Amino acid sequence: MQDYYEIRWHGRGGQGAITAAKILAQAAYLEGYQGVTAAPSFGAERRGAPISASTRIGRQTIMVVSQIENPNVVVVLDHTLLKYDEVTSGLIRGGWLIVNSWRHPKELDVPGDFNIATADATRVCSDLGLVVAGVTVVNTAILGSFVRATEAVSMSNIEKAIRGRFSDSQAGINLAAIAQTYEMTRLERRG
Amino acid sequence: MAEKGSTRILDGNNAAAQGAKLSRVQVIAAYPITPQSPVTEKLSEFVEKGELDAQYVAVESEHSALAVCTSASTVGARAFTASSSHGLAYMHEMLHWAAGARLPVFLACVNRAIGAPWNVLNDQQDSISQRDTGWIQIYARNNQEILDSIIQAYRIAESVYVPVMVCYDGFVLSHTEMPVNLPSQEDVDRFLPPYKPHTILDPANPRNYNLVTFANPRVNAEGVLCHGYMELRYLLQEALQNSRETIIKVGQEFGEAFGRTYSSTLWANRLDDANTVIVAMGSLVMEATVAADILREAGHKVGVLGLRVFRPFPKADVVKALEKSRLIVVFDKNISYGLEGATCSEIKSALYGSSVRAVIRNFIVGLGGRDVKARELVDAVNRSLLSAKEDDLTREYPEWICAI
Repeated sequence: MQDYYEIRWHGRGGQGAITAAKILAQAAYLEGYQGVTAAPSFGAERRGAPISASTRIGRQTIMVVSQIENPNVVVVLDHTLLKYDEVTSGLIRGGWLIVNSWRHPKELDVPGDFNIATADATRVCSDLGLVVAGVTVVNTAILGSFVRATEAVSMSNIEKAIRGRFSDSQAGINLAAIAQTYEMTRLERRG
Repeated sequence: MAEKGSTRILDGNNAAAQGAKLSRVQVIAAYPITPQSPVTEKLSEFVEKGELDAQYVAVESEHSALAVCTSASTVGARAFTASSSHGLAYMHEMLHWAAGARLPVFLACVNRAIGAPWNVLNDQQDSISQRDTGWIQIYARNNQEILDSIIQAYRIAESVYVPVMVCYDGFVLSHTEMPVNLPSQEDVDRFLPPYKPHTILDPANPRNYNLVTFANPRVNAEGVLCHGYMELRYLLQEALQNSRETIIKVGQEFGEAFGRTYSSTLWANRLDDANTVIVAMGSLVMEATVAADILREAGHKVGVLGLRVFRPFPKADVVKALEKSRLIVVFDKNISYGLEGATCSEIKSALYGSSVRAVIRNFIVGLGGRDVKARELVDAVNRSLLSAKEDDLTREYPEWICAI
């Protein structure tokens, strides 16, 4: 656990990256971080098109309002986005790249001096029926990998944030997805 | 005093809607526009669910939205509207009308650039372009200040009978979530009593308001000598001049009631020993304090002056805050084309005739959503420090932080 995190989310419109950014901010606040912010990338967003979002977590009030340049953590909801350089752009040495992928971190073939975590959140969510309008919604599941890799927030505060946002039945499925993804996350430290 | 109420993670638009709800607004008329739309959606939801006892009037344009609000205010209701950019520009005529009619209407301006070319992102050109309409303008640095300023705005507006606009940066605040303390309804009710209108339309006692008014004072049908147009304009100016006192008093009382004090027209950050002062408005004040941290680490005595109230322009407060400065670096997210950034002009005007003899540099930043990073502010201050000379107090035109 560190005092300050800058997390950038990459996904496609409809996958829920913005919601994930917000749930994490809520969980971090419950964890005792006084400063949290969560924002979409500003401007137009389209279903299926690459989008990003951000979460900042700090012990004190966040004073930075500009876009994140050097994230500690990059979370990628769709591994096909890894072909774009901006996805890992600025990710600091020793930070975490967290990818929704069936591949082992070593097989991702992403250069850099940051750590990598992977989990097949798509399969977990697909098995649990977390599908909305034909899109498998992996945004909450990947929070399991985030917790496993960074230990920035506890699973119990993730659970509180999820329960605060969803109905009981929806919360149950999302929490199951998070727990399973947490367990299957594979970590590759190289920072 | 410790904070009361409950803290939630809210974006700026939600904070604005919650502020309106806590202020028990009675009439809402607004036309959706990016990035303001979620304010209107949230408020219509409150009304639909019965959580807010207000009439939500769906209109076909921003001009009509403010026409509805001025009418509602004239008949004695607490009115709320919100807009951005082209929508605010379209309201321009009615902005003059609301102020001229001395109606305590409230408007949330979610700051956005104006076309052409089309751009939905943040700068402050929209509200700055309305500075001469006779409205009080307050700028929020963060989402807490959006909510708090709305509650205060109704107290201010209904005390001085001048409409109030609270401005906050589109997307940077409107779509960014952060912790916001929501006061309890009981506490807000104690702080903000129901609106006591100074004009009431009553069919039993019919009246005319804002009729054709001649240049000179004139005796009316009842033999009473009435103000001419110019006297009414004088009174509007006088009301704005005197509103500073009310703004501060309301801010102090807000602090006593809720534990967050707004006792100045300005935000001062480490000005005590600063010889270099960064001036900014809105969320940029937050980023500027990060820049000041970096410059302090490098050994420069840098402070930040944030303009909270832009109209009435707090001239005396600004002079006092800048009295020790040798270099003032003003960042504007707007430009008065052919001259410079509006806040820079106002600062210079305020300092005229004072004892402050500081070098002033103006940078135009962040237009159309261009990201403004602390390191860019640091570069601009460092450049200004290098160029600061007694014989080069000011520049004819501003510098721009852009690719040209």
